Amino acid sequence: MSYAWDFAIVFRDFDLLLLGLSNTLKVTALALLFGVPLGLALALGRLYGNWMVRLPVGFVIEFLRTTPPIAQLFWFFFALPMLLGVEIDPFRASVLTFSLQSSAFFAEVFRGGIQSIDAGQWEASKAIGMDRRQTLRRIILPQAVKRMIPAFMERAIELMKTTTLVGTISYADLLYQANSIAQSSYRIIEVFTVAAAMYFVVIFACSLAVRRLEKRLARSGETLMH
Amino acid sequence: MSEVLRVENLRKSFNDLEVLKGIDLTVAKGEVVVLLGASGSGKSTMLRCVNFMEIPTSGRVFLDGKAVGEERGGRIDYREAQLTALRTRVGMVFQHFNLFPHMTALENVMEGPRTVLKCDAAECRRRGETYLEKVGLGWKADAYPAQLSGGQQQRVAIARALAMEPEIMLFDEATSALDPELVGEVLETMRELAEEGMTMLIVTHELGFAYAVADRVLFLSQGTILEQGRPEEVLIRPKEEGTRNFLRGHGTFRLPEPQLD
Amino acid sequence: MDYVWDFASVLANRNLLLIGLKNTLILGSICLALGLFLGLFVGAARFSGRAWLYYPATVFVEIFRNTPVLVQIMWFFFAFPILVPFRIDAFTAATLGLALNTTAFSSEIYRAGLQSIPKGQWEAGKAIGMSYWQQMRRVILPQAVRRMLPAFMNRAVEVFKMTSLASVIAYGELMYQAKMVSTIFFNPIEMYTSVALIFFAVLFPATILVRYFETGRKAGR
Repeated sequence: MSYAWDFAIVFRDFDLLLLGLSNTLKVTALALLFGVPLGLALALGRLYGNWMVRLPVGFVIEFLRTTPPIAQLFWFFFALPMLLGVEIDPFRASVLTFSLQSSAFFAEVFRGGIQSIDAGQWEASKAIGMDRRQTLRRIILPQAVKRMIPAFMERAIELMKTTTLVGTISYADLLYQANSIAQSSYRIIEVFTVAAAMYFVVIFACSLAVRRLEKRLARSGETLMH
Repeated sequence: MSEVLRVENLRKSFNDLEVLKGIDLTVAKGEVVVLLGASGSGKSTMLRCVNFMEIPTSGRVFLDGKAVGEERGGRIDYREAQLTALRTRVGMVFQHFNLFPHMTALENVMEGPRTVLKCDAAECRRRGETYLEKVGLGWKADAYPAQLSGGQQQRVAIARALAMEPEIMLFDEATSALDPELVGEVLETMRELAEEGMTMLIVTHELGFAYAVADRVLFLSQGTILEQGRPEEVLIRPKEEGTRNFLRGHGTFRLPEPQLD
Repeated sequence: MDYVWDFASVLANRNLLLIGLKNTLILGSICLALGLFLGLFVGAARFSGRAWLYYPATVFVEIFRNTPVLVQIMWFFFAFPILVPFRIDAFTAATLGLALNTTAFSSEIYRAGLQSIPKGQWEAGKAIGMSYWQQMRRVILPQAVRRMLPAFMNRAVEVFKMTSLASVIAYGELMYQAKMVSTIFFNPIEMYTSVALIFFAVLFPATILVRYFETGRKAGR
């Protein structure tokens, strides 16, 4: 190979890459913060709402899960502002999009977790006079959440990968930074490879942590196969 | 004697299958009534209709003389709020215990008073400790269900139901899922409850227990009460052919009295 | 909301959208087929446990599962061409990225599926003199595939969603066409709504199928 690898540029602009990484993590964290509670609300609506709630909620969940995230991002960044007559910046559009997108997936994780709880638990709670809300809050959800933790963490890792799109609306995430450095410095391979490596290190580390957690939970008999 | 529970012409169908075909039953305060019958005779369904875990297809249930549900144009309307309130006055013990695995034994017992009755912390603790002690498991207050034997779990389940201080206790085959050597401790607990005057409606296969503890025994067959009376009458000198066949099947292999002392 | 929806502009450009949809389906199908095919070998390599197969396969799978797809696609479009003497167009780069990505994820499905078949099945085949690939083809895979079907269908839905990322490197699939039209006709709302609806219409039936197969499998056990 006659290509002369030169990583100097990368080291010089490494702080820009780190900034990009932190932006990526920021969007992911916020999307998780909003997405999880929203997902719970959607799941409860789908499971226990009357048909007027169940059908729209079910539709929203399926729609968010089967449409590509980039289409959703573009819709929220380009289409929604025109519809409402307001401006929206890339950061807010990203957080909005991925909060909604992840909430649909979390809704399914919640639904699976809740439905996996043995029917006898509902019976026992009912027999001492609990209503549905009390049963969910005190008995079902505490047990379900413990089982759903691995699935949640895997979804969170997926989210970290999915948010890489935000560069397409010019939000300065890691990939966006890598691209702009690469285009201006012509050190394309080095920059992209380093960026890819940075993603890999962060995501792989999280993935290993989740796997270890799964093993530990499996030993205590608490996992949910999804 | 005051009446705690009355059931009039109770019928229950699941889709096209009629399981209960018109049951009439009255249970007086302090009475211990045992329901016997083959599988499919409807005895569990009958029990579950009393605390409305199943909704009867027709017929009325009266708790303390007051009717449950409202008659509306030939049908009975049951409001969920009324049923939920009713379940605080009727205790149920399940075949598979159904303890809350994420709570200790004490927390399991305190859960009803805490969340449903909204008792204050001191009252919850008092009830929890009292009833756990009553079933002989005060020393296991901080144990989780997974750390308890089947018999111990069922006794905690009994304490959990008692903590609501119900007017009547329902037992749905409480010992059927237990290893044989653990059955005795649970039956003993139930016997003590009976002697203290608790009103009890019990579905069981334990004929010896029924003979020793019950005030009245009912034999259900195919959704109706075939025979009822004092234990000596129904279990020793049964009148009906159905009852006789049932008892014959039960007594096929009988152990002579073991010399255990 | 006083915005006036104008789907006429969408209909006017329906040819471009249809071309985009066609390209989406082409890219998706090729990458899915390649991924499912190659994934079997990678999955088998990891399943076999032999070190010289297991470690390279594992490195490959971990790299492609733990980096974002868009990064993979862009790496193949910008970085890879510098290393190789031939040109790489958008379609090739997207195919390389997506197909390898799908290979990695499929290999995990294969590995789990193979592990779920009891060892006795392999031994039965071996005992009558079958070679490894004969056992695989005649005994193991037919049983495993039925169990892996829902996971494969989920993967297929994912692949078709991911084709939309190829729009970033200007491959003319559905998303890209929508982007182009909306910049000319200033109708992003209608265009992106239409794209979302088209994806939904195409992919939702597949998710229903998955649900059907999953419950069928549980009932059949």
